[in-house]
Amino acid sequence: MSSSGRQREALEGQIAEWRAYLRRRRAIFSPDVEELESHLRDQVKALADAGLAPDEAFLVAVKRMGSLDALSREFAREHSDRLWKQLVLVNGETGEPGRSGFVETAVAVCVAAAAALAVKAPELFGHSQIGYGDGFYPRNISLLVLPLLTGFFLWKRRTLDLRCLWLALPFVVAALFINLLPFKPGGHTEVLAALHLPIALWLAVGAAYAGGRWNSTGGRMDFIRFSGELFIYYVLIALGGGVLTAFTGVMFKAIGLDVEWLAEGWLLPCGAAGAVIIGAWLVEAKQSVIENMAPVLTRLFTPLFTAVLLAFLATMAWTGSGIDVKREVLIGFDLLLALVLGLLLYAVSARDPKSPPDAFDVLQFVLVVSALVVDLLALAAIGTRISEFGFSPNRVAALGENLILLVNLGWSAWIYGRFLLGRGSFLALERWQTAYLPVYAVWAGFVAVGFPPLFDYA
Amino acid sequence: MNFSKDLVAASATPLVLAILAEGDSYGYAILKRVRELSGGRLQWTDGMLYPVLHRLDRLGYVKTRWETSRSGRRRKYYRISRRGREQLEVQRRQWQVVDGILRDLWFERSSAPGQPLLQES
Repeated sequence: MSSSGRQREALEGQIAEWRAYLRRRRAIFSPDVEELESHLRDQVKALADAGLAPDEAFLVAVKRMGSLDALSREFAREHSDRLWKQLVLVNGETGEPGRSGFVETAVAVCVAAAAALAVKAPELFGHSQIGYGDGFYPRNISLLVLPLLTGFFLWKRRTLDLRCLWLALPFVVAALFINLLPFKPGGHTEVLAALHLPIALWLAVGAAYAGGRWNSTGGRMDFIRFSGELFIYYVLIALGGGVLTAFTGVMFKAIGLDVEWLAEGWLLPCGAAGAVIIGAWLVEAKQSVIENMAPVLTRLFTPLFTAVLLAFLATMAWTGSGIDVKREVLIGFDLLLALVLGLLLYAVSARDPKSPPDAFDVLQFVLVVSALVVDLLALAAIGTRISEFGFSPNRVAALGENLILLVNLGWSAWIYGRFLLGRGSFLALERWQTAYLPVYAVWAGFVAVGFPPLFDYA
Repeated sequence: MNFSKDLVAASATPLVLAILAEGDSYGYAILKRVRELSGGRLQWTDGMLYPVLHRLDRLGYVKTRWETSRSGRRRKYYRISRRGREQLEVQRRQWQVVDGILRDLWFERSSAPGQPLLQES
C-alpha cells in the first residue's frame, strides 16, 4: 500500500473513532453526527490542501470543532426534548447501527402476540387456566413464553443459526420432563417444579441475551441489569394493565354487560405473557432511561431493608421466637434474601469500582451481614424441622436454596469486608456474583425435574 | 480577538441569517464565510454553529434539505425562509440602533456635543 493510502486509512480510522465517540452522546442524533462529520471532513480537506499532513489536519479540525462535552450540552439545551423523547424513539434515530427501529418494533409486537396466543392455545386442548386447573398451566407457563423471548434475543443479536439449537435443548428437556412425569395434581413436588422451572430456564434466556458474551463478567452483569430492569418495566406495565382492565369492566358494566370473561380469559393472560416480550424489548430499546432507575431504587431501599432486617433480628432475640417453617414463609425468606442480593448487585453495577469505600458501602456491608444472620436462623429452623420430621420436598428445596444463598452472602461479605479495609478490589465482588449465576439455575432445574422422582411425586 | 460568549451568541443569529440571505449554504461554508468576512478576527468554535442552525430551524427561520455531493457524501443545506428574512430585518434594525448609539458615543459625540443620544426611541 502506498504511504498516502496508509495515511488515508489511518485518517478514516480516526474519524470513525471520533464518530463513535459522538454517537454515544444522548442529545446528538445520527443525522447530527453525519452533519458534524461532514463538517470535520471538509475542514480536514481544507487543512490538508493547505499543506498539513492528514493526522495534523485531523487534530486541528477536531480542536476547532470544540469540546464535545460543551457541544453535547449545547445540543441538549437546544433539543431538551430529546432527553425525554428517548422513551418513544426507536434506535434508528438514536444512531445505533443495525436494523431500522420499525422492523424491530414490528418483530417485538409479533413475538408478543405469539406469546399471547401461545398462552391461550392449550385451552383448545381442554386445559383450564383459571385457578390451579389440572396443573398444566402452572407447570408449563414458563415454557409457553420464555422460548419466544429466547428466540427474540437470538434474532436481535443476530446469533440465530444452527449453533444456537443447543439453546432449545433446555426447553425441550424441561417440556418432556415436566409433562411426562406422573405428577400428583397439586402435590408438593408439582408446585415446587412450577416454581423452580422459570428460574432454571431464565438462564437459557440469559445465554441468548448475552449472545457471545455469556462467559464474560460484563455480559452476565448486563443480563443481571436487564433482569432487574425488566422486572421494573413489568411491574409498570402490569399497573397500566390493571387500570385498563378496571376501566374496561366499569365501562361495559355501565351499559349492562358483564365482561369479566374478557378480562379474566383474555386481557389478563395474554397481557401478562405479551408484557414479558414487550418489557424485554423496551428495556433493550430504552436502556438509558431505566438504567438510572435501579441504582436509585437501590440507594433508596438499602437503608430501609437494613433497618427492617436489623429490627427483625432484634425482635427475634428479644422475644426468642423461632421461624415458622411453612412453605410460604420459607419462600418469603428466600425472596427477601434474593432481594438483598439484588440490592447488592445493583449497588455493584452502578458503582465506580475504583472509588474508595464510603458510608454507603458500610451500610451495604451491614445489610449483607444481617441477611447472612437471617439466613443462618432460617437454616437452623429448617434443620430442626428436618431432624424432627424427616425430609420433605419443601424442606429440602428450602434447605438447598438457603445454603446457596448462605455461600453467596458469606463470600460476598468476605469480599466486601476486605474491600472496606482497603485490602481487596470491588471488581472481585462483581466477578463472584456473575460466576455464581449458573448455581441458582442448576439447583432450580434439579428441584424442578429431579425432586419429583426423588420424593415419589409427593 | 476574543469575543465574549454573550456577544458571540447574540450576533450569531443575524450573521447566519444574513449569510443565508446571500444564498443556500451548509455549515462548513457558513463558518468559512464568517471567517472571511471578519478577516479571521471572529472565530467561532466550529461545533457551536450547529446548535444555532438547529435553533433557527426550530424557530422556522430556515428550511433544511440533504444533498449528495459528487463525492457521495451527504450535506445538510440550509435555506432562509420568509419568516427568517423578516427576522433578519428586525435584527438588522435593532443592531443598527445599537451600532448608531455606540458610534455616537465613541466617534461623533466629541465633534457634536449636545446631540440627543437616543433619536430613534
